[in-house]
Amino acid sequence: MLSATLAVVRRDLRLAFRQGSDSLGAVMFFVLAVVLFPFGVGPGPDILARIAPGVIWVAALLAAMLSLERLFQTDYDDGSLELLVLSPLPLSVVVVAKVAAHWLTTGLPLLLAAPVLAVLLGLPAEGFALLLAALALGTPSLSLVGAVGAALVLGARRGGVLMSLLVLPLYVPVLIFGVAAVDAAVSGMAVRPHLLLLAGFLAAALALAPWAAAAALRQAVA
Amino acid sequence: MTRFANPNRFLRWSGRLLPWLAAATILLFGVGLYLALIASPPDYQQGESVRIMYVHVPAAWMALFCYVAMAGAAAVGLIWRHPLADIVAKASAPIGAAFTLLALVTGALWGKPMWGTWWVWDARLTSVLVLFFLYLGYIALNSAFDDPGRGARASAILALVGLVNVPIIKFSVDWWYTLHQPASVIRAGGPAIHPSMLWPLLLMAAAFTCYYLWVLAVRVRGEIVAHKIRALRLRQAYG
Repeated sequence: MLSATLAVVRRDLRLAFRQGSDSLGAVMFFVLAVVLFPFGVGPGPDILARIAPGVIWVAALLAAMLSLERLFQTDYDDGSLELLVLSPLPLSVVVVAKVAAHWLTTGLPLLLAAPVLAVLLGLPAEGFALLLAALALGTPSLSLVGAVGAALVLGARRGGVLMSLLVLPLYVPVLIFGVAAVDAAVSGMAVRPHLLLLAGFLAAALALAPWAAAAALRQAVA
Repeated sequence: MTRFANPNRFLRWSGRLLPWLAAATILLFGVGLYLALIASPPDYQQGESVRIMYVHVPAAWMALFCYVAMAGAAAVGLIWRHPLADIVAKASAPIGAAFTLLALVTGALWGKPMWGTWWVWDARLTSVLVLFFLYLGYIALNSAFDDPGRGARASAILALVGLVNVPIIKFSVDWWYTLHQPASVIRAGGPAIHPSMLWPLLLMAAAFTCYYLWVLAVRVRGEIVAHKIRALRLRQAYG
């Protein structure tokens, strides 16, 4: 089972690298969305430093959501999703493999781009490590919860708009605790509770989301 | 349960029940509103604004009740392919969304004189706002497919995923002790409200519940008839 799972991961990674533009597009969106804020709220360093964690988190969340569409859509269009459903590998494990590949091609690049953006916005130095830790714990949850939304809208009219309506409300807890962790680190308060809550959310999402996404996929190809 | 799975039997029974539900709703609203708005005493701290509570609290209860009913019906529809359950879930969603909006709006109207602000990003308010978006997402997903059965199954999964929000709403006032006051009716040690205020509140809650059942029955009947018309049209088209 492990080798079959890894084969799915490798296939998705190879597809992402050969098409190239997709994961780069999510990072470009992330960078551009964050860079817009100094123009929007003015270049005052104290305001920018204050809103930096929130801006980076919201932009990361939107970038993760925009990249969800290709998680299942191309497989649904060319029929390989049906083969994955028919394969002996449990469908929830297929979902985990595809989510892992999705995170490696979008979540990880976002994580690498985040420190540069934090410098641009002048985030205080105490916040850097926590921003990365919170993003590392939070972005896999975004991919997992997003997989449910991406599976539900397969074959729907106006799927992209619909997916934002389904997924963004469920992203709220990750955003709240992700920003709270960074804010706590900057102001010198305890960060452990926020990180534990993020980790708890990730554990719950890892247990429940693949199962729900598999149910949604099964009725999408039925 | 399965006895009422037959849509025709449901149409017959609900037709007989409908006038009674309507009468009960109007009667309970009449008595409840009189007691709540005129007969009950003003609060010693909140003054007359306490009367908003008689609409706000039942609306918030019903917002949660409708979601649980909708998710339960959606689960039944998903597991046993019970056609009536899908219709009940679909028909509950707009009613629940309306109750949620009513709770949010009346809460804002009460918050302005009491807290000095229409809205705060308190845990209870935020989680109820998420509930409202879940309702809207459910309604949008339900109608997004050409095949209504596919829409019903996809939105049923969403309703079950959104169920995690319900305990968060219920316990948000205990976990994050912020601005919204904790539960004062259903709590350990009995209600913390004086009977002169508790009775109008309970009557209003009963009125809201009857209203939900009444509108639900009307909507489900309309939905069944719409299904029949659709089936007839399809039969005509394929001759």
